Amino acid sequence: MHSWPLQARASLVSMLILVVLGLAWHIGVNTGGGTGQANIDPEYAKLIGAAANTGKSAMPGPLDVLAKIGQHLKEPFYDRGPNDKGIGIQLAYSIGRVLLGYGIAVLVAIPLGFLIGMSPLMNRALDPFIQIMKPVSPLAWMPLALYTIKDSAISSIFVIFICSLWPMLVNTAFGVSSVRKEWLNVARTLEVGSVRRAFTVILPAAAPTILTGMRISIGIAWLVIVAAEMLVGGTGIGYFVWNEWNNLSITNVITSIIVIGLVGMILDQMLARVAKLVTYPE
Amino acid sequence: MQEMANSPRYISIEGIARHFDAPGGGRTTVFEDVWFPVARGEFVCMIGHSGCGKTTVLNILAGLDLPDGGVAVVDGEAIEGPSLNRAVIFQSHALLPWRSVLGNVAYAVSSKWRDWSRAKIEEHAKKFIALVGLAGSELKKPAQLSGGMKQRVGIARALSIEPKILLMDEPFSALDALTRGNLQDEVRRICLATNQTVFMITHDVDEAIYLADKIVLMTNGPHAMVAEIVANPLPKDRQRHEVHKHPHYYALRNHLIDFLVTRSKTFKDEIPADYDRRKPPVVSPVAQPLPVPPPATKRAAA
Repeated sequence: MHSWPLQARASLVSMLILVVLGLAWHIGVNTGGGTGQANIDPEYAKLIGAAANTGKSAMPGPLDVLAKIGQHLKEPFYDRGPNDKGIGIQLAYSIGRVLLGYGIAVLVAIPLGFLIGMSPLMNRALDPFIQIMKPVSPLAWMPLALYTIKDSAISSIFVIFICSLWPMLVNTAFGVSSVRKEWLNVARTLEVGSVRRAFTVILPAAAPTILTGMRISIGIAWLVIVAAEMLVGGTGIGYFVWNEWNNLSITNVITSIIVIGLVGMILDQMLARVAKLVTYPE
Repeated sequence: MQEMANSPRYISIEGIARHFDAPGGGRTTVFEDVWFPVARGEFVCMIGHSGCGKTTVLNILAGLDLPDGGVAVVDGEAIEGPSLNRAVIFQSHALLPWRSVLGNVAYAVSSKWRDWSRAKIEEHAKKFIALVGLAGSELKKPAQLSGGMKQRVGIARALSIEPKILLMDEPFSALDALTRGNLQDEVRRICLATNQTVFMITHDVDEAIYLADKIVLMTNGPHAMVAEIVANPLPKDRQRHEVHKHPHYYALRNHLIDFLVTRSKTFKDEIPADYDRRKPPVVSPVAQPLPVPPPATKRAAA
Protein backbone atom coordinates (compact mmCIF):
# COMPACT_ATOMS: atom_id res chain seq x y z
CA MET A 1 0.00 0.00 0.00
CA HIS A 2 2.73 2.45 1.03
CA SER A 3 4.64 1.89 -2.16
CA TRP A 4 1.68 3.31 -4.10
CA PRO A 5 2.07 6.88 -5.26
CA LEU A 6 0.10 9.45 -3.28
CA GLN A 7 -2.16 10.28 -6.22
CA ALA A 8 -3.20 6.65 -6.63
CA ARG A 9 -4.00 6.34 -2.92
CA ALA A 10 -5.97 9.59 -2.98
CA SER A 11 -7.98 8.37 -5.97
CA LEU A 12 -8.76 5.12 -4.16
CA VAL A 13 -10.01 7.00 -1.09
CA SER A 14 -12.10 9.26 -3.34
CA MET A 15 -13.74 6.21 -4.91
CA LEU A 16 -14.42 4.73 -1.47
CA ILE A 17 -16.06 7.95 -0.28
CA LEU A 18 -18.20 8.01 -3.44
CA VAL A 19 -19.32 4.42 -2.95
CA VAL A 20 -20.11 4.96 0.76
CA LEU A 21 -22.09 8.14 0.07
CA GLY A 22 -23.92 6.48 -2.82
CA LEU A 23 -24.84 3.48 -0.69
CA ALA A 24 -26.02 5.66 2.20
CA TRP A 25 -28.12 7.66 -0.24
CA HIS A 26 -29.57 4.50 -1.80
CA ILE A 27 -30.45 2.93 1.52
CA GLY A 28 -31.82 6.18 2.92
CA VAL A 29 -34.19 6.65 0.00
CA ASN A 30 -35.42 3.07 -0.10
CA THR A 31 -36.11 2.53 3.60
CA GLY A 32 -37.73 5.87 4.53
CA GLY A 33 -41.46 6.58 4.03
CA GLY A 34 -42.34 2.88 3.84
CA THR A 35 -45.17 3.21 6.40
CA GLY A 36 -47.93 3.44 3.82
CA GLN A 37 -50.38 6.04 2.62
CA ALA A 38 -52.16 6.55 5.96
CA ASN A 39 -49.99 9.44 7.06
CA ILE A 40 -50.20 11.34 3.80
CA ASP A 41 -52.63 14.16 3.36
CA PRO A 42 -54.86 13.33 0.35
CA GLU A 43 -54.34 16.84 -1.07
CA TYR A 44 -50.61 16.40 -0.89
CA ALA A 45 -50.92 12.94 -2.33
CA LYS A 46 -52.66 14.41 -5.33
CA LEU A 47 -49.86 16.88 -5.76
CA ILE A 48 -47.02 14.42 -5.66
CA GLY A 49 -48.88 11.89 -7.75
CA ALA A 50 -47.76 8.32 -8.12
CA ALA A 51 -45.29 8.49 -5.29
CA ALA A 52 -48.14 8.82 -2.79
CA ASN A 53 -49.80 5.66 -4.00
CA THR A 54 -46.68 3.56 -3.74
CA GLY A 55 -45.62 5.21 -0.49
CA LYS A 56 -42.27 5.75 -2.03
CA SER A 57 -40.41 8.98 -1.40
CA ALA A 58 -40.25 11.51 -4.26
CA MET A 59 -36.56 11.72 -3.50
CA PRO A 60 -34.76 9.71 -6.22
CA GLY A 61 -32.00 7.30 -5.44
CA PRO A 62 -28.55 7.33 -7.02
CA LEU A 63 -29.61 4.77 -9.59
CA ASP A 64 -32.51 6.97 -10.73
CA VAL A 65 -30.12 9.88 -11.15
CA LEU A 66 -27.63 7.72 -13.04
CA ALA A 67 -30.41 6.53 -15.34
CA LYS A 68 -31.48 10.15 -15.88
CA ILE A 69 -27.92 11.21 -16.69
CA GLY A 70 -27.71 8.33 -19.18
CA GLN A 71 -30.95 9.50 -20.75
CA HIS A 72 -29.63 13.09 -21.03
CA LEU A 73 -26.37 11.85 -22.48
CA LYS A 74 -28.24 9.89 -25.13
CA GLU A 75 -30.20 12.94 -26.23
CA PRO A 76 -28.65 16.12 -24.91
CA PHE A 77 -29.82 18.51 -27.61
CA TYR A 78 -33.50 17.72 -28.23
CA ASP A 79 -35.89 20.64 -28.52
CA ARG A 80 -39.63 20.03 -27.96
CA GLY A 81 -40.82 23.54 -27.38
CA PRO A 82 -39.97 26.27 -24.84
CA ASN A 83 -40.47 24.11 -21.75
CA ASP A 84 -38.80 20.94 -22.94
CA LYS A 85 -35.28 21.31 -24.22
CA GLY A 86 -32.32 18.98 -23.76
CA ILE A 87 -29.91 19.71 -20.96
CA GLY A 88 -27.15 20.24 -23.56
CA ILE A 89 -29.08 23.09 -25.15
CA GLN A 90 -29.72 24.69 -21.76
CA LEU A 91 -26.04 24.41 -20.85
CA ALA A 92 -25.02 25.87 -24.19
CA TYR A 93 -27.24 28.91 -23.51
CA SER A 94 -25.70 29.41 -20.08
CA ILE A 95 -22.10 28.91 -21.22
CA GLY A 96 -22.69 31.26 -24.13
CA ARG A 97 -24.00 33.99 -21.83
CA VAL A 98 -21.17 33.52 -19.36
CA LEU A 99 -18.49 33.60 -22.05
CA LEU A 100 -20.01 36.68 -23.66
CA GLY A 101 -20.44 38.67 -20.42
CA TYR A 102 -17.10 37.46 -19.12
CA GLY A 103 -15.34 38.20 -22.41
CA ILE A 104 -16.59 41.78 -22.44
CA ALA A 105 -15.53 42.12 -18.79
CA VAL A 106 -12.00 40.91 -19.72
CA LEU A 107 -11.81 43.50 -22.49
CA VAL A 108 -12.85 46.26 -20.08
CA ALA A 109 -11.16 45.16 -16.84
CA ILE A 110 -7.65 44.42 -18.07
CA PRO A 111 -6.97 47.71 -19.92
CA LEU A 112 -8.73 49.68 -17.17
CA GLY A 113 -6.85 47.75 -14.49
CA PHE A 114 -3.60 48.59 -16.30
CA LEU A 115 -4.50 52.26 -16.23
CA ILE A 116 -5.41 52.15 -12.55
CA GLY A 117 -2.31 50.16 -11.67
CA MET A 118 0.06 52.46 -13.54
CA SER A 119 -1.40 55.71 -12.25
CA PRO A 120 -1.36 56.31 -8.50
CA LEU A 121 -3.80 59.18 -9.10
CA MET A 122 -6.39 57.01 -10.89
CA ASN A 123 -5.78 54.28 -8.33
CA ARG A 124 -6.89 56.56 -5.51
CA ALA A 125 -9.56 58.36 -7.50
CA LEU A 126 -11.37 55.18 -8.59
CA ASP A 127 -10.84 53.27 -5.36
CA PRO A 128 -14.05 54.46 -3.59
CA PHE A 129 -16.18 53.49 -6.60
CA ILE A 130 -14.63 50.05 -6.79
CA GLN A 131 -14.90 49.50 -3.05
CA ILE A 132 -18.62 50.34 -3.08
CA MET A 133 -19.52 48.48 -6.29
CA LYS A 134 -17.51 45.34 -5.54
CA PRO A 135 -19.66 43.99 -2.66
CA VAL A 136 -22.99 44.58 -4.45
CA SER A 137 -24.67 41.30 -5.37
CA PRO A 138 -24.78 41.29 -9.16
CA LEU A 139 -28.45 40.29 -9.03
CA ALA A 140 -29.22 43.67 -7.51
CA TRP A 141 -28.36 45.11 -10.92
CA MET A 142 -31.00 42.91 -12.59
CA PRO A 143 -34.04 45.24 -12.27
CA LEU A 144 -31.97 48.17 -13.45
CA ALA A 145 -30.69 46.14 -16.39
CA LEU A 146 -34.18 44.88 -17.29
CA TYR A 147 -35.57 48.40 -17.16
CA THR A 148 -32.83 50.02 -19.24
CA ILE A 149 -31.97 47.20 -21.66
CA LYS A 150 -35.52 45.82 -21.94
CA ASP A 151 -34.23 42.39 -22.95
CA SER A 152 -33.95 39.57 -20.46
CA ALA A 153 -31.22 37.68 -22.34
CA ILE A 154 -28.97 40.72 -22.65
CA SER A 155 -29.75 41.67 -19.04
CA SER A 156 -28.37 38.40 -17.77
CA ILE A 157 -25.25 38.92 -19.91
CA PHE A 158 -24.93 42.35 -18.36
CA VAL A 159 -25.19 40.87 -14.87
CA ILE A 160 -22.42 38.39 -15.74
CA PHE A 161 -20.33 41.28 -17.04
CA ILE A 162 -20.79 43.27 -13.83
CA CYS A 163 -19.93 40.40 -11.51
CA SER A 164 -16.87 39.34 -13.55
CA LEU A 165 -15.54 42.87 -13.73
CA TRP A 166 -14.46 43.57 -10.16
CA PRO A 167 -12.11 40.70 -9.32
CA MET A 168 -10.28 41.12 -12.65
CA LEU A 169 -10.13 44.89 -12.29
CA VAL A 170 -8.81 44.78 -8.73
CA ASN A 171 -6.31 42.01 -9.47
CA THR A 172 -5.02 43.60 -12.67
CA ALA A 173 -4.55 46.95 -10.92
CA PHE A 174 -2.79 45.25 -8.01
CA GLY A 175 -0.59 43.12 -10.27
CA VAL A 176 0.41 46.09 -12.39
CA SER A 177 1.08 48.40 -9.46
CA SER A 178 3.21 45.84 -7.66
CA VAL A 179 5.58 45.01 -10.53
CA ARG A 180 9.05 45.02 -9.00
CA LYS A 181 10.72 48.38 -9.29
CA GLU A 182 14.01 46.78 -10.33
CA TRP A 183 12.36 45.24 -13.42
CA LEU A 184 10.97 48.61 -14.36
CA ASN A 185 14.42 50.11 -13.80
CA VAL A 186 15.90 47.54 -16.17
CA ALA A 187 13.45 48.72 -18.83
CA ARG A 188 14.24 52.35 -18.05
CA THR A 189 18.02 51.92 -18.31
CA LEU A 190 17.48 50.13 -21.63
CA GLU A 191 15.39 53.09 -22.87
CA VAL A 192 12.41 50.82 -23.55
CA GLY A 193 9.35 52.79 -24.72
CA SER A 194 6.15 52.72 -22.68
CA VAL A 195 4.17 50.45 -25.03
CA ARG A 196 7.01 47.95 -25.32
CA ARG A 197 7.51 48.14 -21.54
CA ALA A 198 3.82 47.40 -20.96
CA PHE A 199 3.96 44.27 -23.11
CA THR A 200 7.46 42.98 -22.28
CA VAL A 201 7.79 43.79 -18.57
CA ILE A 202 4.53 44.78 -16.89
CA LEU A 203 2.19 42.29 -18.59
CA PRO A 204 4.39 39.20 -18.03
CA ALA A 205 5.17 40.33 -14.48
CA ALA A 206 1.50 40.90 -13.61
CA ALA A 207 0.13 37.95 -15.62
CA PRO A 208 -0.08 35.47 -12.70
CA THR A 209 -2.01 38.00 -10.59
CA ILE A 210 -4.28 38.87 -13.52
CA LEU A 211 -4.98 35.18 -14.16
CA THR A 212 -5.89 34.72 -10.49
CA GLY A 213 -8.47 37.50 -10.92
CA MET A 214 -9.75 35.84 -14.09
CA ARG A 215 -10.20 32.53 -12.27
CA ILE A 216 -12.10 34.17 -9.43
CA SER A 217 -14.28 35.96 -11.98
CA ILE A 218 -15.17 32.90 -14.04
CA GLY A 219 -16.11 31.11 -10.82
CA ILE A 220 -18.38 33.94 -9.72
CA ALA A 221 -19.86 34.28 -13.23
CA TRP A 222 -20.81 30.61 -13.26
CA LEU A 223 -22.39 30.92 -9.80
CA VAL A 224 -24.35 33.98 -10.83
CA ILE A 225 -25.65 32.72 -14.20
CA VAL A 226 -27.74 30.02 -12.49
CA ALA A 227 -29.41 32.55 -10.22
CA ALA A 228 -29.82 35.09 -13.04
CA GLU A 229 -31.51 32.53 -15.30
CA MET A 230 -33.86 31.44 -12.51
CA LEU A 231 -34.87 35.09 -12.30
CA VAL A 232 -35.30 35.92 -15.97
CA GLY A 233 -36.40 32.47 -17.19
CA GLY A 234 -36.72 31.29 -20.77
CA THR A 235 -33.56 29.30 -21.37
CA GLY A 236 -30.36 28.25 -19.64
CA ILE A 237 -29.39 25.75 -16.98
CA GLY A 238 -30.67 28.01 -14.17
CA TYR A 239 -34.09 28.14 -15.77
CA PHE A 240 -33.92 24.38 -16.33
CA VAL A 241 -33.35 23.76 -12.60
CA TRP A 242 -36.26 25.95 -11.62
CA ASN A 243 -38.52 24.46 -14.29
CA GLU A 244 -37.73 20.93 -13.14
CA TRP A 245 -38.50 21.96 -9.57
CA ASN A 246 -41.89 23.12 -10.81
CA ASN A 247 -42.26 19.76 -12.58
CA LEU A 248 -41.25 18.17 -9.26
CA SER A 249 -38.54 16.25 -11.04
CA ILE A 250 -36.00 16.08 -8.24
CA THR A 251 -34.02 13.64 -10.40
CA ASN A 252 -33.47 16.37 -12.97
CA VAL A 253 -32.63 18.91 -10.26
CA ILE A 254 -29.92 16.63 -8.87
CA THR A 255 -28.67 15.89 -12.36
CA SER A 256 -28.42 19.62 -12.98
CA ILE A 257 -26.46 20.16 -9.78
CA ILE A 258 -23.91 17.58 -10.90
CA VAL A 259 -23.70 19.01 -14.40
CA ILE A 260 -23.35 22.62 -13.14
CA GLY A 261 -20.51 21.49 -10.88
CA LEU A 262 -18.76 19.69 -13.72
CA VAL A 263 -18.97 22.65 -16.09
CA GLY A 264 -17.76 25.05 -13.37
CA MET A 265 -14.81 22.78 -12.71
CA ILE A 266 -13.92 22.60 -16.41
CA LEU A 267 -14.07 26.40 -16.78
CA ASP A 268 -11.81 26.82 -13.74
CA GLN A 269 -9.36 24.14 -14.89
CA MET A 270 -9.07 25.75 -18.32
CA LEU A 271 -7.95 29.00 -16.73
CA ALA A 272 -5.71 27.11 -14.30
CA ARG A 273 -3.89 25.71 -17.36
CA VAL A 274 -3.37 29.20 -18.74
CA ALA A 275 -2.24 30.44 -15.31
CA LYS A 276 0.35 27.67 -15.22
CA LEU A 277 1.71 28.83 -18.57
CA VAL A 278 2.27 32.42 -17.44
CA THR A 279 3.52 31.68 -13.93
CA TYR A 280 7.24 32.15 -13.47
CA PRO A 281 9.34 30.81 -10.63
CA GLU A 282 11.51 33.36 -8.88
CA MET B 1 32.67 73.95 -20.46
CA GLN B 2 34.49 72.40 -23.43
CA GLU B 3 35.92 69.00 -22.61
CA MET B 4 38.56 67.11 -24.49
CA ALA B 5 37.83 63.51 -25.45
CA ASN B 6 40.57 62.25 -23.17
CA SER B 7 39.78 64.62 -20.38
CA PRO B 8 40.23 63.38 -16.83
CA ARG B 9 36.63 64.54 -16.38
CA TYR B 10 34.90 62.01 -18.67
CA ILE B 11 32.30 61.76 -15.95
CA SER B 12 32.04 64.92 -13.88
CA ILE B 13 29.89 65.09 -10.78
CA GLU B 14 29.41 68.79 -10.16
CA GLY B 15 27.90 69.89 -6.89
CA ILE B 16 25.06 67.38 -6.72
CA ALA B 17 22.73 67.29 -3.72
CA ARG B 18 19.77 65.09 -2.83
CA HIS B 19 17.13 65.64 -0.19
CA PHE B 20 14.44 63.29 1.02
CA ASP B 21 11.30 64.00 2.99
CA ALA B 22 12.02 63.00 6.54
CA PRO B 23 9.40 60.98 8.40
CA GLY B 24 7.51 63.42 10.61
CA GLY B 25 8.02 66.45 8.39
CA GLY B 26 11.07 68.35 7.31
CA ARG B 27 13.73 67.27 4.86
CA THR B 28 16.86 65.25 5.23
CA THR B 29 19.82 66.21 3.11
CA VAL B 30 21.54 62.94 2.29
CA PHE B 31 24.51 64.62 0.59
CA GLU B 32 25.17 68.03 -0.85
CA ASP B 33 27.76 69.80 -2.97
CA VAL B 34 29.43 66.55 -4.03
CA TRP B 35 32.14 66.91 -6.66
CA PHE B 36 34.39 64.30 -8.21
CA PRO B 37 35.66 63.32 -11.64
CA VAL B 38 36.07 59.97 -13.40
CA ALA B 39 38.49 59.70 -16.32
CA ARG B 40 37.81 57.61 -19.41
CA GLY B 41 38.87 54.01 -18.91
CA GLU B 42 39.12 54.45 -15.16
CA PHE B 43 37.68 52.03 -12.60
CA VAL B 44 36.32 54.09 -9.71
CA CYS B 45 34.84 52.65 -6.54
CA MET B 46 32.84 54.60 -4.00
CA ILE B 47 33.08 53.55 -0.39
CA GLY B 48 31.01 54.76 2.53
CA HIS B 49 28.66 53.59 5.24
CA SER B 50 24.99 52.85 4.67
CA GLY B 51 22.98 56.05 4.48
CA CYS B 52 25.69 58.17 2.89
CA GLY B 53 23.82 58.15 -0.41
CA LYS B 54 26.17 55.93 -2.44
CA THR B 55 23.33 54.21 -4.24
CA THR B 56 21.67 57.57 -4.88
CA VAL B 57 24.85 58.83 -6.54
CA LEU B 58 24.86 55.73 -8.73
CA ASN B 59 21.17 56.14 -9.54
CA ILE B 60 21.82 59.73 -10.56
CA LEU B 61 24.60 58.54 -12.85
CA ALA B 62 22.24 55.91 -14.24
CA GLY B 63 19.59 58.58 -14.82
CA LEU B 64 17.11 56.70 -12.60
CA ASP B 65 17.17 59.52 -10.05
CA LEU B 66 17.72 63.23 -10.50
CA PRO B 67 19.78 65.45 -8.19
CA ASP B 68 17.98 68.26 -6.36
CA GLY B 69 20.95 70.49 -7.01
CA GLY B 70 24.05 70.38 -9.17
CA VAL B 71 24.57 68.31 -12.26
CA ALA B 72 26.12 65.05 -13.36
CA VAL B 73 27.94 65.41 -16.67
CA VAL B 74 28.99 62.53 -18.93
CA ASP B 75 31.15 63.23 -21.97
CA GLY B 76 30.20 66.91 -21.87
CA GLU B 77 26.44 66.35 -21.57
CA ALA B 78 24.32 66.70 -18.45
CA ILE B 79 22.46 63.51 -17.50
CA GLU B 80 18.71 63.97 -17.88
CA GLY B 81 17.52 60.41 -17.80
CA PRO B 82 18.53 56.78 -18.35
CA SER B 83 20.61 56.01 -21.41
CA LEU B 84 21.81 52.95 -23.27
CA ASN B 85 25.29 54.46 -23.03
CA ARG B 86 25.29 53.76 -19.31
CA ALA B 87 24.60 50.17 -18.29
CA VAL B 88 23.66 49.22 -14.75
CA ILE B 89 24.48 45.98 -12.96
CA PHE B 90 21.98 45.79 -10.13
CA GLN B 91 22.75 44.42 -6.68
CA SER B 92 19.81 42.04 -6.90
CA HIS B 93 20.69 41.07 -10.51
CA ALA B 94 17.14 42.15 -11.59
CA LEU B 95 16.76 39.46 -14.24
CA LEU B 96 13.31 39.05 -15.77
CA PRO B 97 12.34 35.62 -14.36
CA TRP B 98 10.00 34.71 -17.22
CA ARG B 99 12.82 35.03 -19.75
CA SER B 100 15.67 32.61 -20.31
CA VAL B 101 19.33 33.61 -19.95
CA LEU B 102 19.42 34.25 -23.68
CA GLY B 103 16.08 36.07 -23.50
CA ASN B 104 17.33 38.42 -20.80
CA VAL B 105 20.50 39.35 -22.67
CA ALA B 106 18.70 39.50 -26.03
CA TYR B 107 16.15 41.88 -24.50
CA ALA B 108 18.94 44.36 -23.81
CA VAL B 109 20.55 43.81 -27.23
CA SER B 110 17.25 44.32 -29.06
CA SER B 111 16.65 47.49 -27.04
CA LYS B 112 19.95 48.93 -28.20
CA TRP B 113 19.86 47.83 -31.84
CA ARG B 114 16.17 47.91 -32.69
CA ASP B 115 16.59 47.15 -36.39
CA TRP B 116 18.71 44.02 -35.95
CA SER B 117 17.35 40.68 -37.10
CA ARG B 118 16.47 38.08 -34.49
CA ALA B 119 19.41 35.92 -35.56
CA LYS B 120 21.85 38.78 -35.26
CA ILE B 121 20.50 39.72 -31.81
CA GLU B 122 20.85 36.16 -30.56
CA GLU B 123 24.33 35.79 -31.98
CA HIS B 124 25.44 39.00 -30.28
CA ALA B 125 23.81 37.96 -26.99
CA LYS B 126 25.43 34.52 -27.10
CA LYS B 127 28.83 36.11 -27.51
CA PHE B 128 28.44 37.94 -24.22
CA ILE B 129 26.92 34.94 -22.46
CA ALA B 130 30.05 33.04 -23.46
CA LEU B 131 32.23 35.93 -22.29
CA VAL B 132 30.95 35.55 -18.72
CA GLY B 133 31.36 31.77 -18.90
CA LEU B 134 27.73 30.73 -19.24
CA ALA B 135 27.86 29.15 -22.70
CA GLY B 136 25.52 26.15 -22.64
CA SER B 137 23.10 27.71 -20.14
CA GLU B 138 21.39 29.97 -22.68
CA LEU B 139 17.98 28.35 -22.38
CA LYS B 140 17.86 28.11 -18.59
CA LYS B 141 15.51 30.35 -16.62
CA PRO B 142 16.98 32.54 -13.86
CA ALA B 143 15.31 30.37 -11.19
CA GLN B 144 17.47 27.45 -12.36
CA LEU B 145 20.70 29.38 -11.81
CA SER B 146 22.82 29.92 -8.70
CA GLY B 147 23.30 33.42 -7.31
CA GLY B 148 26.69 33.78 -8.96
CA MET B 149 25.37 32.61 -12.32
CA LYS B 150 22.46 35.06 -12.10
CA GLN B 151 24.88 37.91 -11.51
CA ARG B 152 26.95 36.69 -14.47
CA VAL B 153 23.84 37.04 -16.62
CA GLY B 154 23.38 40.55 -15.21
CA ILE B 155 26.97 41.35 -16.19
CA ALA B 156 26.49 39.86 -19.66
CA ARG B 157 23.31 41.88 -20.11
CA ALA B 158 25.07 45.11 -19.11
CA LEU B 159 28.12 44.47 -21.28
CA SER B 160 26.10 43.29 -24.29
CA ILE B 161 24.89 46.82 -25.04
CA GLU B 162 28.55 47.92 -25.21
CA PRO B 163 28.02 50.86 -22.87
CA LYS B 164 30.38 53.78 -22.52
CA ILE B 165 30.05 53.53 -18.77
CA LEU B 166 29.37 50.55 -16.57
CA LEU B 167 27.61 51.28 -13.27
CA MET B 168 27.66 48.62 -10.56
CA ASP B 169 25.73 48.78 -7.29
CA GLU B 170 27.37 46.35 -4.87
CA PRO B 171 27.15 43.66 -7.53
CA PHE B 172 28.91 40.95 -5.56
CA SER B 173 27.66 41.63 -2.04
CA ALA B 174 25.05 38.87 -2.10
CA LEU B 175 27.52 36.19 -3.21
CA ASP B 176 29.69 33.78 -1.25
CA ALA B 177 33.39 34.57 -0.99
CA LEU B 178 34.61 32.09 -3.60
CA THR B 179 32.04 33.10 -6.22
CA ARG B 180 32.67 36.75 -5.45
CA GLY B 181 36.42 36.32 -6.02
CA ASN B 182 35.91 34.57 -9.34
CA LEU B 183 33.49 37.19 -10.57
CA GLN B 184 35.82 40.02 -9.49
CA ASP B 185 38.58 38.39 -11.55
CA GLU B 186 36.35 38.19 -14.60
CA VAL B 187 34.99 41.69 -14.32
CA ARG B 188 38.52 43.02 -13.94
CA ARG B 189 39.74 41.00 -16.93
CA ILE B 190 36.88 42.18 -19.15
CA CYS B 191 37.11 45.82 -18.06
CA LEU B 192 40.87 45.95 -18.57
CA ALA B 193 40.60 44.32 -21.98
CA THR B 194 37.99 46.79 -23.21
CA ASN B 195 39.29 49.84 -21.32
CA GLN B 196 35.81 50.11 -19.79
CA THR B 197 34.96 53.15 -17.68
CA VAL B 198 33.41 51.82 -14.48
CA PHE B 199 31.77 53.36 -11.45
CA MET B 200 31.08 50.88 -8.68
CA ILE B 201 29.56 51.08 -5.21
CA THR B 202 30.95 48.78 -2.57
CA HIS B 203 31.54 48.59 1.14
CA ASP B 204 34.09 45.82 0.80
CA VAL B 205 37.52 47.38 1.25
CA ASP B 206 39.38 44.46 -0.34
CA GLU B 207 37.13 44.52 -3.37
CA ALA B 208 37.91 48.21 -3.85
CA ILE B 209 41.66 47.64 -3.44
CA TYR B 210 41.67 44.86 -6.01
CA LEU B 211 39.42 46.46 -8.61
CA ALA B 212 39.64 50.23 -8.35
CA ASP B 213 42.05 52.73 -9.86
CA LYS B 214 40.56 55.38 -7.63
CA ILE B 215 38.44 55.08 -4.51
CA VAL B 216 36.04 57.88 -3.59
CA LEU B 217 35.54 58.11 0.17
CA MET B 218 32.15 59.39 1.33
CA THR B 219 31.62 60.60 4.90
CA ASN B 220 28.57 59.48 6.86
CA GLY B 221 25.15 60.87 6.04
CA PRO B 222 23.15 62.97 6.44
CA HIS B 223 25.04 65.83 4.80
CA ALA B 224 27.55 63.36 3.42
CA MET B 225 30.49 64.72 1.42
CA VAL B 226 33.48 63.40 -0.51
CA ALA B 227 36.34 63.42 2.02
CA GLU B 228 39.06 62.46 -0.41
CA ILE B 229 39.89 60.40 -3.43
CA VAL B 230 42.40 57.60 -2.92
CA ALA B 231 44.57 56.78 -5.93
CA ASN B 232 45.43 53.09 -5.81
CA PRO B 233 49.24 52.76 -5.47
CA LEU B 234 49.24 49.08 -6.44
CA PRO B 235 50.45 48.13 -9.94
CA LYS B 236 47.80 47.84 -12.63
CA ASP B 237 48.68 44.21 -13.40
CA ARG B 238 47.92 43.08 -9.82
CA GLN B 239 46.65 39.55 -9.14
CA ARG B 240 43.91 38.98 -6.60
CA HIS B 241 45.82 36.37 -4.61
CA GLU B 242 48.99 38.47 -4.54
CA VAL B 243 47.83 42.00 -3.75
CA HIS B 244 48.24 41.48 -0.03
CA LYS B 245 51.97 40.78 -0.54
CA HIS B 246 52.59 44.17 -2.10
CA PRO B 247 54.49 46.61 0.18
CA HIS B 248 51.83 49.32 -0.25
CA TYR B 249 48.90 46.98 0.42
CA TYR B 250 48.64 47.45 4.17
CA ALA B 251 49.22 51.20 3.98
CA LEU B 252 46.31 51.43 1.55
CA ARG B 253 44.11 49.01 3.46
CA ASN B 254 44.78 50.66 6.82
CA HIS B 255 44.03 54.05 5.31
CA LEU B 256 40.66 52.84 4.03
CA ILE B 257 39.78 51.01 7.25
CA ASP B 258 40.79 54.04 9.33
CA PHE B 259 38.51 56.14 7.21
CA LEU B 260 35.54 53.81 7.58
CA VAL B 261 36.08 53.31 11.32
CA THR B 262 36.79 56.86 12.44
CA ARG B 263 37.35 59.56 9.83
CA SER B 264 34.02 58.97 8.07
CA LYS B 265 32.40 60.20 11.32
CA THR B 266 34.88 62.88 12.35
CA PHE B 267 35.88 64.36 8.99
CA LYS B 268 33.06 66.91 9.03
CA ASP B 269 34.21 68.36 12.37
CA GLU B 270 37.87 68.70 11.44
CA ILE B 271 37.85 69.75 7.80
CA PRO B 272 41.39 70.72 6.76
CA ALA B 273 41.89 74.43 6.02
CA ASP B 274 42.87 73.82 2.40
CA TYR B 275 39.96 71.45 1.72
CA ASP B 276 38.04 72.37 -1.43
CA ARG B 277 34.75 70.51 -2.04
CA ARG B 278 35.16 71.08 -5.75
CA LYS B 279 38.55 69.40 -5.80
CA PRO B 280 38.64 66.70 -3.12
CA PRO B 281 42.27 65.91 -2.26
CA VAL B 282 43.77 62.93 -4.08
CA VAL B 283 45.93 60.85 -1.78
CA SER B 284 47.93 57.72 -2.42
CA PRO B 285 48.85 55.86 0.78
CA VAL B 286 52.20 54.10 0.35
CA ALA B 287 54.37 52.14 2.75
CA GLN B 288 56.57 54.32 4.96
CA PRO B 289 60.28 53.58 4.41
CA LEU B 290 61.77 51.60 7.27
CA PRO B 291 63.33 53.84 9.92
CA VAL B 292 66.96 54.53 9.04
CA PRO B 293 69.28 53.50 11.91
CA PRO B 294 71.24 56.37 13.58
CA PRO B 295 74.30 57.27 11.47
CA ALA B 296 76.82 56.84 14.31
CA THR B 297 75.95 53.23 14.96
CA LYS B 298 75.95 52.52 11.25
CA ARG B 299 79.43 53.91 10.84
CA ALA B 300 80.71 51.91 13.82
CA ALA B 301 79.32 48.71 12.38
CA ALA B 302 81.00 49.38 9.05
